[in-house]
Amino acid sequence: MFRDAALVAGKDLRIELRSRVGLNQVAPFALLVLVLFAFALDPDRGVLRRATPGLFWITVMLATLLAVQRSFAAESADGTRDQLRLSGLDPAGIFLGKLVGIAAELLALEVLLLGGVAILYSAHLRELQLLLPTCLAAAVGLGAAGTLYGALVAGVRGRETLLPLLLLPIVAPVLIGATSAFEAALGGADLTVAQGWRWLALLIVFALVYVGAGILAFGSLLEES
Amino acid sequence: MEFVVHLRSAVSLLGRFPALAGVDLDVAPGEIVLVQGPNGAGKSTLLRTCAGLLPVVAGTAEVLGHDLVVDRRTVRRRVGLLGHATGLYDDLTVADNVHFWARAAGAAPADAEAAIDRAGLAGRLHDVQVARLSAGQRRRTALAVLLARRPELWLLDEPHAGLDVDGRELVDELVKGAAAAGATVLLASHDLDRATALAHRSVTISGGTIVSGAPADVAATTAATAAAAEVAHVS
Repeated sequence: MFRDAALVAGKDLRIELRSRVGLNQVAPFALLVLVLFAFALDPDRGVLRRATPGLFWITVMLATLLAVQRSFAAESADGTRDQLRLSGLDPAGIFLGKLVGIAAELLALEVLLLGGVAILYSAHLRELQLLLPTCLAAAVGLGAAGTLYGALVAGVRGRETLLPLLLLPIVAPVLIGATSAFEAALGGADLTVAQGWRWLALLIVFALVYVGAGILAFGSLLEES
Repeated sequence: MEFVVHLRSAVSLLGRFPALAGVDLDVAPGEIVLVQGPNGAGKSTLLRTCAGLLPVVAGTAEVLGHDLVVDRRTVRRRVGLLGHATGLYDDLTVADNVHFWARAAGAAPADAEAAIDRAGLAGRLHDVQVARLSAGQRRRTALAVLLARRPELWLLDEPHAGLDVDGRELVDELVKGAAAAGATVLLASHDLDRATALAHRSVTISGGTIVSGAPADVAATTAATAAAAEVAHVS
């Protein structure tokens, strides 16, 4: 399973490196969203600073949709899904590989966006020991849920519009947990750092549940979609 | 005899609808069998069913000794399908694609490189993105993937389509080479002259059933040939 996961993750990351869609389109899109939020809330710098955690994670969610759609577009084109089914790769390995590919992209994007909020929103990036694990847990959770739902809608007509409808409500706990952990870390709300760790625990539970569900269910999804 | 493909009254589904409507077919090891028939007759469906991609819901269906109803995953690992789609990632290079699918099948990198070379893709096409290739070059890349995976059963759907003269000859060479090496080949083609010359025998499919070349026909033909030989011997 882990050999297959490494193979699929390597392939997906190589696709991103060769196509540069992440670098040339997803990252600029995410930065643009941050800039637009800054324009919208700039007259009141205090509101912008207080809203930074939420704006950060909404931007990550929007980028997640792009990353998931991109990841499964490659598996829908020109018979690649059939080849994947014929390959003999373990479905759980395929799931983990695609999850790692998406999570790695999201993690890189989150690091970029941290720089973005520091510059555009004047956010003080304190408590990195809480911020960075939050980024990692959220990336894994979003990647796992995104991979499951991406596979679910891959064979459906109108999948581009269906994916946000299905995925965004499911990942609401990530938005809530990650935003709260960030608020605790950035010190802009009433939350303490200790409370931030509890929100991080929620993110880890979410990620574990969806990784487990994906390992069990991905084979059926690959067959049915 | 243990057949590589053994279908009896096999019914498979395409979505919710029956695609094969009771197919009888036996293919022996090392045979090259041409599947012919009009458009929509069920040629591609038959190949996809043998590949384990479509569910068999009635009848008997065994491929490489495995029951397609209960053990499709094992069958899939051991067959290679070249369909209308090439199964390639556009953003990856020729070498990336062949190496990825070869490694997925457990083949060594050297096998992948040998397959690229054999398919005529070594040199300047080796590191070209698949999106930049012509249709014929994509087809050659898909052939290289098939070669690298070394399947025991080759399922080829219109393998000559989109290829130039050299490419079509390459397909013929590869098919003959595969059969000589012990693989079995089931191919569907509209290029009947070329495919008939390549195949050991042919079957005709229409409306999702085999209308000629089914095991009963083959048995009758064999019996008739044996009887004629006996008569000739006696006289």
